[in-house]
Amino acid sequence: MSNSQPLNPYIQLESPAHRLDSRIKLSLVFVYILTINLIPHAVWVVFPILFSVNLSLAVVSGIGIKKLLKRSLWVLPFVIAVFPLLFSIRGNTWFEITLLGFSFTASWEGLERLLSIVLKAWFSIQAAIILVSTTKFEGILKGLRWMKIPKLLVAVIGLMWRYLFVLVAEAKRLLVARSSRSSDLPDFHSGGSMIWRAQVTGYMAGNLLLRSIERSDRVYMAMLSRGYDGEVRMDNDRVLSRKEIHILLIGILICVCLFVLSLYFGGAF
Amino acid sequence: MSYVIRIKSLSYRYPDQQIGLNGVDLTILPGEKVALVGANGAGKSTLIHHLNGILIGEGDVNILGMTVEKKNLKRIRGKVGVVFQNPDDQLFSSTVYEDVAYGPIYQGLNKQEVKKRVAEALSMVGMQDYIDRNSYYLSIGEKKRVSIATVLSMQPEFLVMDEPTSGLDPRARRELINLLQQLPQTMLIATHDLDLVEKILPRTVIMYRGQVVVDGPTSQIIPDSNLLENYGL
Repeated sequence: MSNSQPLNPYIQLESPAHRLDSRIKLSLVFVYILTINLIPHAVWVVFPILFSVNLSLAVVSGIGIKKLLKRSLWVLPFVIAVFPLLFSIRGNTWFEITLLGFSFTASWEGLERLLSIVLKAWFSIQAAIILVSTTKFEGILKGLRWMKIPKLLVAVIGLMWRYLFVLVAEAKRLLVARSSRSSDLPDFHSGGSMIWRAQVTGYMAGNLLLRSIERSDRVYMAMLSRGYDGEVRMDNDRVLSRKEIHILLIGILICVCLFVLSLYFGGAF
Repeated sequence: MSYVIRIKSLSYRYPDQQIGLNGVDLTILPGEKVALVGANGAGKSTLIHHLNGILIGEGDVNILGMTVEKKNLKRIRGKVGVVFQNPDDQLFSSTVYEDVAYGPIYQGLNKQEVKKRVAEALSMVGMQDYIDRNSYYLSIGEKKRVSIATVLSMQPEFLVMDEPTSGLDPRARRELINLLQQLPQTMLIATHDLDLVEKILPRTVIMYRGQVVVDGPTSQIIPDSNLLENYGL
């Protein structure tokens, strides 16, 4: 398992998940995430099933459970964002706190909503991680085109991805240059003032922008000179096999079953 | 301590597990001017990046009595001035003054001393009239000179340069060689420019596949075309 580009989430491996056509994978993940987010709140019985599905996919794809859980920690900032739900949803009181003269009441219903949203976000991110770890970026673009996402939008996403690497490479060079000249002398307080450091960082940000724009222009000219006309060409012509269509249909059926099950346990029937 | 750098059994692998350095041994004495030559991919730049701790491999790298390790890096970076091959990798501020002043300001020197150092460094490289110009819009020869000034202003004891003459037109190259000849510091210059080596660097070290394979007087090594060809030069 190797990944020499730290920004690129794709993990080069041989697995059924890697071999599956990217159009099928993207469609399945899209339907799966939609299902997760349509499931009513606090239907706890469905959540272990979703978690098991994700863990099984992590094992089958060779990513491994540990890596999946580690990468899915991206959900943490989201927890902070939805934390106020605990206090904003009215219901049976769980506890009360007083802060700066204001009284806050946490409700059990708020806790249920908070946990449901966090778990759904976590499972959705896990699904997305499995997708990007097993699919090359070109494959994702191909899938997006197949799903009839507008050509211009797909081209913008593709270029953003390419330029992200350009930007990171330029930023790394600037940081190496700066740290190579960040030295100290005996008996002197090194590091400069906070304002000066902020100023230097500001210069660097401006410099980075300037370089990135010029570098991107050069990359774009190189692309134009090799026939780029606004769309990245991909081997999109292969017709999906009957087996692949079956996999897609079975996957959608499983998602529908999960949704119906959640409605049943959520009291809709 | 009678050396500026002493490297023993230095090895380094890139993140993709390719070998960058494979047991490098090298000692440079004070005042020496050394050429580091080798074919592309021989490990010259990788070695240079170990001299101020941008990369840290396995083995012992000692600079002026200090081991290159995290706790010594800031002190070492004040002693070793590294000039990168691409001057755009060296310059990150909005004006030439800001770029050249970065090192001395970081070291905590007072304003007057910083100004004095900047003026001295720019005058050494003949760029004193460019002090308020934006570094980004200078010609490549001018950028190279300013890059050298950015490390000279820190008054390093040891200068390390990666391909200082690459990309320069003949006149800019000539001027740069004259400038390098005048600098008093101990020097290690990685280059493909064998003419530069013959002119100003009395000792030559040849690297091949991550190892130092030849180390001796330039006057014996450079005329030996068979030896150079053997190592891809």
